[in-house]
Amino acid sequence: MSILVLAEHQDGALAGATAHVVAAAKAIGGDIDVLVAGEGVAAVAEAAARLDGVSKVRVADNAAYAHQLAEPMAALIEALAGDYGHVLAAASTSGKNVLPRVAALKDVAQISEIIAVEAPDTFKRPIYAGNAIATVQSEDALKVITVRTTGFDAVGEGGSAGVEAVDFVADNNQSTFIKEALAESDRPELGAAKVVVSGGRGMGNGENFKLLDGIADKLGAAVGASRAAVDAGFVPNDMQVGQTGKIVAPELYVAVGISGAIQHLAGMKDSKVIVAINKDEEAPIFQVADYGLVGDLFDILPELEQKL
Amino acid sequence: MKVLVAVKRVIDYNVKIRVKADHSDVDLTNVKMAMNPFCEIAVEEAVRLKEKGVATEVVAVTVGPKAAQEQLRTALALGADRAIHVESDERVESLGAAKALAKLVEDEQPGLVILGKQAIDTDNNQAGQMLAALTGLPQATFASEVNVDGDKVQVTREIDGGLQTLELTLPAIVTTDLRLNEPRYAKLPDIMKAKKKPLDVKTPADLGVEVASRVKLLRVEPPAERQGGVKVSSVDELVDKLKNEAKVL
Ligand SMILES: Cc1cc2nc3c(=O)[nH]c(=O)nc-3n(C[C@H](O)[C@H](O)[C@H](O)COP(=O)(O)OP(=O)(O)OC[C@H]3O[C@@H](n4cnc5c(N)ncnc54)[C@H](O)[C@@H]3O)c2cc1C
Ligand SMILES: Nc1ncnc2c1ncn2[C@@H]1O[C@H](COP(=O)(O)O)[C@@H](O)[C@H]1O
Repeated sequence: MSILVLAEHQDGALAGATAHVVAAAKAIGGDIDVLVAGEGVAAVAEAAARLDGVSKVRVADNAAYAHQLAEPMAALIEALAGDYGHVLAAASTSGKNVLPRVAALKDVAQISEIIAVEAPDTFKRPIYAGNAIATVQSEDALKVITVRTTGFDAVGEGGSAGVEAVDFVADNNQSTFIKEALAESDRPELGAAKVVVSGGRGMGNGENFKLLDGIADKLGAAVGASRAAVDAGFVPNDMQVGQTGKIVAPELYVAVGISGAIQHLAGMKDSKVIVAINKDEEAPIFQVADYGLVGDLFDILPELEQKL
Repeated sequence: MKVLVAVKRVIDYNVKIRVKADHSDVDLTNVKMAMNPFCEIAVEEAVRLKEKGVATEVVAVTVGPKAAQEQLRTALALGADRAIHVESDERVESLGAAKALAKLVEDEQPGLVILGKQAIDTDNNQAGQMLAALTGLPQATFASEVNVDGDKVQVTREIDGGLQTLELTLPAIVTTDLRLNEPRYAKLPDIMKAKKKPLDVKTPADLGVEVASRVKLLRVEPPAERQGGVKVSSVDELVDKLKNEAKVL
């Protein structure tokens, strides 16, 4: 049975997440087609065709898919799904938005955020903020799945899949794109960074996040945050790490002024090495930290930046 | 305009769960249960729409066991006008819940349906999108701002890169993100009044839907425990350990 992978892309470039989803598809086994839907996405399709293990890239290049709105995207995938046993997407906000809609249109359940493939119909996924891992089996003929990218190592490049156009055009008179305010940053993307430096409520205000920027610059790191820091308006929502934010698993995660609530741990406890900086030696974050430093972040951060 | 809000009974978000010894599921005996936090946000938004005069009636709905009526009473105390309980003792996941909700949308004809973005037990993040598909209605997930204007609603969504604003034609489905609002607490007099508000009980059979999950739960395990590490006493020691022991610098 073949597998359809929905490509993730922004600003005309294939997102790193797709190579992880293709890896999950390889673990399931079967021919892998990648669907690239959007407007002006020829370069995305070419990049997808180079991913190892991809048999074919199907491109729906049309204004109807310009902002990946759920209604036309789901209609498109529904129209193609008949050829496949599995439909996969990254568990990004985009994949999470579109795929359950596809599943319901096909009257099948969705399996969210898988982290391992046990068999083509059996998967592991975290539940209860990652405090339990469930092994689940789908009884549906079509398996609709989102993939937690940190669970699968990205496939490499070297493939040369064929690219073919998809003519299907979904009409949509129900939803309209109005605007987007996207964060601009020269730093690596949170999900893909090798080092993540995150700040919590202990940072005190948004201005103080500059203390983290200095360290992030030296380490080539992405900067993240706890929910409390986002809620307080220190930093934008796209920086939230946790159960209901982004899931990261870098080589090194540095938590600064973060207490370590289970919802935050859910988003970072699979990091290889965890460092915690907190003035409260009882803070739960120290229970998961490989290296804990008790002290005032306002003393520690400038010294750390200087000594790195 | 009528607003339908979906609420789910889940484990209280402060509770650390345990896995059953036989690995069949998570152990929920004697565990504190509560309304899913994202559903609290959904109820709050609906009640605010009513307070602004945009909504005329707020109807809270749950699909689940008898005990879930507690969460409906909470919704009523927070300002919902009436409640519908679709009673089922089966393991109901997002698709089953969405099917029951879709039938209620057909019966009730709300202008807006508000759900949480994710139930914090299964962490599925599916039901709103599925309900939108089943009803053929437009969707705006992960909302941080909702503005109803005539027969349209503008919704700002929290997406991976930042914020996105969409306009949907009503009726529509919205799911809540954390920063949509800060839910109020129920006051004692409102809790008393809520006991007298209407609560209808229906069965999935009444609605003509199947709600039991078709995904088999084969096994539940605790995650790999992380060993707590060491405390270092200075920045110098930290940098040294990261370079020479962990080798991540
Ligand atoms: C439904 C739901 C979903 C959630 N999702 C998420 C999520 O995705 N991500 C997330 O992070 N949270 C999430 N939360 C929130 C979570 O429960 C915690 O409230 C949050 O993580 C706390 O953030 P914090 O650690 O920054 O703040 P606090 O818990 O207030 O901790 C601040 C820490 O800073 C330390 N500190 C203060 N000043 C200094 C100083 N000068 N120097 C050193 N240390 C200092 C304090 O000792 C303290 O430990 C969610 C909650 C709910 C209910
Ligand atoms: N059994 C249920 N009864 C009522 N609403 C539900 C139920 N399950 C899910 N929902 C709604 O759908 C949202 C998302 O849940 P889920 O997609 O299952 O993670 C929840 O916040 C509720 O608003």
